[in-house]
Amino acid sequence: MDKANVSETEERTFQARIDAEEKIEPKDWMPEKYRRNLIRQISQHAHSEVIGEQPEGNWITRAPSLERKAILMAKVQDEAGHGLYLYAAAETLGVTREELIDRLHTGASKYASIFNYPSLTWADIGAIGWLVDSAAIVNQVSLQNTSYGPYARAMVRICKEESFHQRQGYNIMMTLMKGAKLQREMAQDALDRWWWPSLMMFGPHDGESAHSAQSMKWKIKRRSNDDLRQQFVDQAVQQAEAIGLVVPDPDLKWNDARGHYDFGAIDWQEFERVISGNGPCNRQRLAHHKNAHDEGAWVREAMAAHEAKQRSKARDVA
Amino acid sequence: MADQMQLYEVFVRSRRGLDHKHVGSLHADDSAQALEYARDVYTRRGEGVSIWVVASRDITASQESDCESFYDPLDDKPYRHAAMYELPEGVDSL
Ligand SMILES: [Fe+2]
Ligand SMILES: [Fe+2]
Repeated sequence: MDKANVSETEERTFQARIDAEEKIEPKDWMPEKYRRNLIRQISQHAHSEVIGEQPEGNWITRAPSLERKAILMAKVQDEAGHGLYLYAAAETLGVTREELIDRLHTGASKYASIFNYPSLTWADIGAIGWLVDSAAIVNQVSLQNTSYGPYARAMVRICKEESFHQRQGYNIMMTLMKGAKLQREMAQDALDRWWWPSLMMFGPHDGESAHSAQSMKWKIKRRSNDDLRQQFVDQAVQQAEAIGLVVPDPDLKWNDARGHYDFGAIDWQEFERVISGNGPCNRQRLAHHKNAHDEGAWVREAMAAHEAKQRSKARDVA
Repeated sequence: MADQMQLYEVFVRSRRGLDHKHVGSLHADDSAQALEYARDVYTRRGEGVSIWVVASRDITASQESDCESFYDPLDDKPYRHAAMYELPEGVDSL
């Protein structure tokens, strides 16, 4: 058999596995495009976990009580862990951590555009936990069935840790809504600012999404952007109403025939602007990450030097 | 010492999509041989689709006596669990 034939047979075996709902594991043959598509998606997901620490970290020192501070620290610590699980999953595809971080810094690799918005008040920490983590969970639950084994297993681990994230955020909103007028207004203002960016988290409409069709065929993605977005809206509207918040969408209304909420048009120009680097905090987010990375260089160097010393000591003993 | 076989730990993935699980250990001269032995010893009835072997001496493990310093501080952090946060009426799941 010549080379083309070999890869054709392999490609057929690969697709048959996917069609049979079997997972692809790191040492399996896979099409180069599948590998690249996965590296793009997993690393984007990893970067989002890590960059997402910034808007929340912004409030750790200013949390209104010691308990809220401990909770927020625990959540941000979890997000760092999620980043690690995902970078490790991406590395099983033959890319290095250094390359991934470098692509983040050059802008070649993206992260969720929502983290380019500022967290202006304490209520924003409530809105982020409730809306942003809820949206992430809707997406991540569907990705527990993604076709690549290490990615699917990372999602299972992450989903287990996420439920406290949305609960603590919703709890902040609920507490504010039981408070004074100023506090209720603060909660509503946070919802007003975070609602639409949360809907954008699911990405472009199904018809416009660049990677969707192939990703669905390979079962990297399991449900369409619009499908996931609808589920999020249906859940969040009910949750908002239960604590007296008003979703900032005049076109929002229950559609009995569909069994879902209809909602207004998303401002895709804003999405484009923010994802392409011109949101309120893009430069700040990247600069902060780069700075932290550069300032940590001496720690990595010191650890490598220590490691080398230990090894040479062990060699001397042997 | 040189002609003594080494101990290897064996991990088997029972099905695609699942983690490799530790199933036991065996003696072998090198890792290729350990892999063959593992196949013969641990997967005679189709128990797995993939095997990992790792030299036991390459494993760094925590000790049960480390438990306190490793895990103790986690007991007083109930806020890491969703169950701590009560939901208002009308919201059944979150
Ligand atoms: Fe996360
Ligand atoms: Fe989270």
